[in-house]
Amino acid sequence: MTPSKATPLLEARELSKRYMVGKTFMPGSGRAVHAVDKVSLSVWAGETVGLVGESGSGKSTLGRCLTRLYDISGGQLLYEGEDISEATARELLPIRRKMQMIFQDPSASLNPRRRVRDMLAEPLAVHKIRPRNEIGDRLAELMGLVGLPVEYLDRYPHEFSGGQRQRIGIARALAMEPQLIVADEPVSALDVSVQAQVVNLFADLRERLNLTYVFIAHDLGVVRQVSTRVVVMYLGTIVEMGETESLFAAPAHPYTRALLSAIPRLSASGERIVLEGDLPSPLDPPKGCVFSTRCPLATDLCRNERPKLTAGANGRSVACHTPLAS
Amino acid sequence: MTDPIRPALLDVDHLKVSFATDRGRVTAINDVSFRIDDGEFVAIVGESGSGKTVSLLSILGLTDRRTTFVEGTAAFRGRPILGLPDRELRRIRGKQIAFIPQDPLTALTPVHTIGWQIVEQIRTHETVSKEAAKKRAIELLDEVGLPNPAAAFGRYPHQLSGGMRQRAVIAMALSCNPALLVADEPTTALDVTVQAQVLDLLKRLRRDHGSAIILITHDMGVVAEVADRVMVMYAGRVIERGTAREIFAAPEHPYTWGLMASIPPVEGPRPHRLPSIPGTPPTPANIPPGCAFAPRCAHRFAPCAGLPPALSASGHDAFCFLDDNARAAGRAALFAAPETAA
Repeated sequence: MTPSKATPLLEARELSKRYMVGKTFMPGSGRAVHAVDKVSLSVWAGETVGLVGESGSGKSTLGRCLTRLYDISGGQLLYEGEDISEATARELLPIRRKMQMIFQDPSASLNPRRRVRDMLAEPLAVHKIRPRNEIGDRLAELMGLVGLPVEYLDRYPHEFSGGQRQRIGIARALAMEPQLIVADEPVSALDVSVQAQVVNLFADLRERLNLTYVFIAHDLGVVRQVSTRVVVMYLGTIVEMGETESLFAAPAHPYTRALLSAIPRLSASGERIVLEGDLPSPLDPPKGCVFSTRCPLATDLCRNERPKLTAGANGRSVACHTPLAS
Repeated sequence: MTDPIRPALLDVDHLKVSFATDRGRVTAINDVSFRIDDGEFVAIVGESGSGKTVSLLSILGLTDRRTTFVEGTAAFRGRPILGLPDRELRRIRGKQIAFIPQDPLTALTPVHTIGWQIVEQIRTHETVSKEAAKKRAIELLDEVGLPNPAAAFGRYPHQLSGGMRQRAVIAMALSCNPALLVADEPTTALDVTVQAQVLDLLKRLRRDHGSAIILITHDMGVVAEVADRVMVMYAGRVIERGTAREIFAAPEHPYTWGLMASIPPVEGPRPHRLPSIPGTPPTPANIPPGCAFAPRCAHRFAPCAGLPPALSASGHDAFCFLDDNARAAGRAALFAAPETAA
């Protein structure tokens, strides 16, 4: 099947991920936590989808379900129109090549006992991407792409700074010549001055290699900088999504507005909406709207009936009974 | 500004901290001087390895004395505290100076309830009955905004969320009404909406209790939000200091410009590329001689091989050779209308 305008690169249809907690040997014990609850999301070739939300929102779990790093518990996942929800590891192998993941902590995702050269060469050999005699050239090319000197190929991970390690993590993902990269908090462990370098690298690589990204981050400034579209998650569900600049300029969901207003800014502007309390337990989600327990505008309707994610004008979708006017 | 009769709350002079490592002595902090007055909110900003945490831990006597060498002086209300025996330091720490660490889990023991830990803290420093201490602990939990404080009193740390734990630690820090609160990245592990709650709490504490607060952070946005005065640290030295108003209006040091410019904006036009500082911050073991920022600085010139003139005793100043005109030009170039995405 060829990708076309009509087929998203990656599509989740009512995707769910449940975990059982408190399960003992007694039959029927334990309860299900809905980490991701019936999320539908299409990722189109060439775009960068920013996934934002606070801890417990399910954004990382969703990212890992999208790459089938986690098995999904419900719904469907399609890659270029092909259903891969139930695909076995063997069936997934060709798709894994096209879909790579980059993780938050580059030191935890690199093997401390192996040289960069070996870590980058292994996937090339496993997936038989390049003949053996071309691997050396490809490695040099990869290092060039991520802005590291070729000599660093013979170093071990501990010899690098955090920013350089993350560049190696990116090089390893690029080794597979993927179409789609799911990056889970790729810059949040980096110092501010280094973070900007890596954010720029992501943008450069997208242009040079025609990549599509799903970019998961809690830093809203970073997400705004890299994304073409933003998806806001809360308690395992999507509460709002839309085109980046319009979503930041005029959020429609009260949660998005509170989240944006909470960012400390260099120049004091606008009033801050300080939310009361914490995220509700995903074991015991509110009956109505997921945000109704903390929403300053919640009504009885909100507390009793969960609003559906509804598409509006300009590609904006919002799950709210009383969305804010722009 | 300096009151000759009344000593500063905390007066640090020429602080130098070095560590014994297997590659010899490594100097992490060099020539750091500052003073904090009652009720001030001061932020120390820097990246990892800049020495912002080590400088305060060493002032509070919380570093390992066998491997860490602290030189210079630090006086709390006029009384020297560097090198005081632990017994005496403990009477100041926890009572007059309280410390809030980045990760509340490391400050709480998992085997006792939150309430038990606060009561212990109160009874260590004051002679009060258990009942009175308990009552006070519940009041404190209420004050830091924990919902249902009486129930929270009986909870164990693992039963609370990250934001609630950080508030419990703040309640513990407040239990003896400290004159100085040192908070090391207190919101870094928290989500942005919870961070907003904790920052509001810190501002309220300063207002209601008159405590001075030293906030250690890497986040310029947080600084702009809360601080009166700012010290920017790089490679173990204070490289810029001034009031928050001065520093945000006209930062003087090229490193501070870089820090501020590299934050992606959440409003206004999106820059096509983020201005970034090349390279990485040095670790204490390989701090370059002369101006430590020079290798990463776009404005370096011959004099930068030497050490810039010391900061003036007061007012807004930067540890840099550039003159006022060069600083104004450099700043203008970086903060002028950014190139925006098409």
